[in-house]
Amino acid sequence: MDLSSEPSSSEKKQTLGVISMWKYTFKRFLWAIATLWVIITVTFIIMKAIPGDPFAKDGGLPETVQKNLHRHYNLDKPEIVQYGLYLKSILQFDFGPSMKHRSITVNDYIKKGFPISLHLGLQALIFAISFGLILGVVAALYRNKWPDYASMVIAIIGVSVPSFVLATFLINYVAVQWNLLPVATWQSWSHTILPTISLAMMPLAYIARLMRSSMLEVMNQDYILTAKAKGLKQSTIIIKHAIRNAILPVVTVLGILTTNLVTGSFIVEYIFGIPGMGEMFVTSIFNRDYSVILGSTVFYSAILIFLIFIVDVAYTWIDPRIKITEEGS
Amino acid sequence: MEPLLEVEDLHVSFKTYAGTVKAVQGVNFAIREGETLGIVGESGCGKSATAKAIMKLLPSPPAQYERGLIRFQGKDVLKASEKEMQSIRGKQISMIFQDPMTSLNPTSKIGKQIMEAIVKHENISMKEARQRALRMLELVGIPQPEKRIDQYPHEYSGGMRQRAMIAIALACRPKLLIADEPTTALDVTIQAQMLELMKSIQEKMGTAIILITHDLGVVAEMCDRVAVMYAGQVVETGRVKPLFKHPQHPYTRGLLKSVPRLDANRKAPLQPIVGSPPDLFEPPQGCAFYPRCSYAMRICKDYAPKLEKTREGQYASCWLHHPLADKTKWLKEGMAVDR
Repeated sequence: MDLSSEPSSSEKKQTLGVISMWKYTFKRFLWAIATLWVIITVTFIIMKAIPGDPFAKDGGLPETVQKNLHRHYNLDKPEIVQYGLYLKSILQFDFGPSMKHRSITVNDYIKKGFPISLHLGLQALIFAISFGLILGVVAALYRNKWPDYASMVIAIIGVSVPSFVLATFLINYVAVQWNLLPVATWQSWSHTILPTISLAMMPLAYIARLMRSSMLEVMNQDYILTAKAKGLKQSTIIIKHAIRNAILPVVTVLGILTTNLVTGSFIVEYIFGIPGMGEMFVTSIFNRDYSVILGSTVFYSAILIFLIFIVDVAYTWIDPRIKITEEGS
Repeated sequence: MEPLLEVEDLHVSFKTYAGTVKAVQGVNFAIREGETLGIVGESGCGKSATAKAIMKLLPSPPAQYERGLIRFQGKDVLKASEKEMQSIRGKQISMIFQDPMTSLNPTSKIGKQIMEAIVKHENISMKEARQRALRMLELVGIPQPEKRIDQYPHEYSGGMRQRAMIAIALACRPKLLIADEPTTALDVTIQAQMLELMKSIQEKMGTAIILITHDLGVVAEMCDRVAVMYAGQVVETGRVKPLFKHPQHPYTRGLLKSVPRLDANRKAPLQPIVGSPPDLFEPPQGCAFYPRCSYAMRICKDYAPKLEKTREGQYASCWLHHPLADKTKWLKEGMAVDR
């Protein structure tokens, strides 16, 4: 807070604050570009290190045809040239055509798959946050009573059972044996319920545990006693004074949890046969579909970097003690 | 005149895994409107527990109000429902706490924290509440209230935060303010300012103050009457000046002797009270001060003395004032102390 030492009026400080906010955002943007570049490079190297070829599986293709295909996709050039060509096309937001399904571009894939993945991801995130917070708060308020034990049992199951186990378990009981919900695919809203639960369980459990301990800590703070001494109702104290402070550590981990959700969605989409980006990504690795692997990696990375930035900004908004300053970035 | 608040034979205990702590064991005092009562005693003697019990702020469990009576304006507080308590807290009785750094909500603006109490207790609009909050900030001596009202606690210094706490506590003009060690966490110059401020506000509003402290200097400066607490009991009470001049209980005398004085012989060491307070898990059967008392007699070990009048307007619980007690040592040493 080097600004506070200057003798400046509050408006001047505010404009300075806005300027430093822009500077911060710009710096973060540059860092994001650099991060993306590293991710592209590493993915490119790892991808080329996997043995195999996008056209090998087709089998039976005459050698000349394979050679022509290689030339068409620049696969005959040295890898460093391929890398350069790829960077160039990414700068034009063109992820190139799929090498497996030649009539479709990677951009088409993303356009088709991303809305579905986004729908599933957001639904799972909202479910995880809302129920995680509720469970955590209830557990803290009824500490060492049955609601506490019940929600912590749910939390422990959620943390320790991986999503693919939970998904198959849910499919077996809820869908197949009890016939309550559809088994798989992505058609109506009822189709979304099981994948959402499978995907959300881990972050939900994590949020619940974090919120419980954070809430217990906050409820012992002096300012809660101050609020009580003002004559406020218990519900007002909890909602207005306790939760807002207790939620801070949860906001911090939201970025990481979202990343987990994204990587978790690969498996969950695959299990439930949801035509989202996750399924596409997994299939593309099996197929050595170079352009799809790279395209979806870059796309996902960009989204995650953006999400983490949003979490940082949200943090300053919830906790007034944290202000973005030049040195703070 | 009917006292504003009466506490009679109050017993509070805390149930813990290690056993039951008898934190308050028969506290008696009363305070009239506009008066300042000091409660002094060392750490863990039940000062804060008593204060919080008055507003029923002790979390229960583990706290249990076992016996006694707290009568505020003729109403028994201990029998009041939580809802009734909510209408008393902040409106009739307010409290400020020891550490202003942790007593304000860090994510809420100061103005909002003041207005919250006003809006809760008084049927006025947000706009009027804001005006009132501004006036309160001005009253407690915060410069540029229009700007400061929209700031967060971390933008305030320690002293200013305690001022803001006072503004919150007094926003609804309560009849009684309980200040639980309000100056302990502040540095000395700020302490003096804070006491000054509380005094001037008391003159303007006529609020009665219960000042809890372990600083005898603060009591001498601020209070009309004082209650000295030891091991969960009031051992001596009376008007401040005569009580400090002629302490009637060995503990009070010990406290006064352990305070450094400007006019004392500089080579003479301070005289601390030897030993430490009793274990409140199992309080002694007789006088709680018996093991540390240099005037102890045989009776003190087995029978607890009662709070009795020893001089005009002064009460102490000590066997020394029994007509049959041997007062030679007390009187001889008293010559040197009681001024």
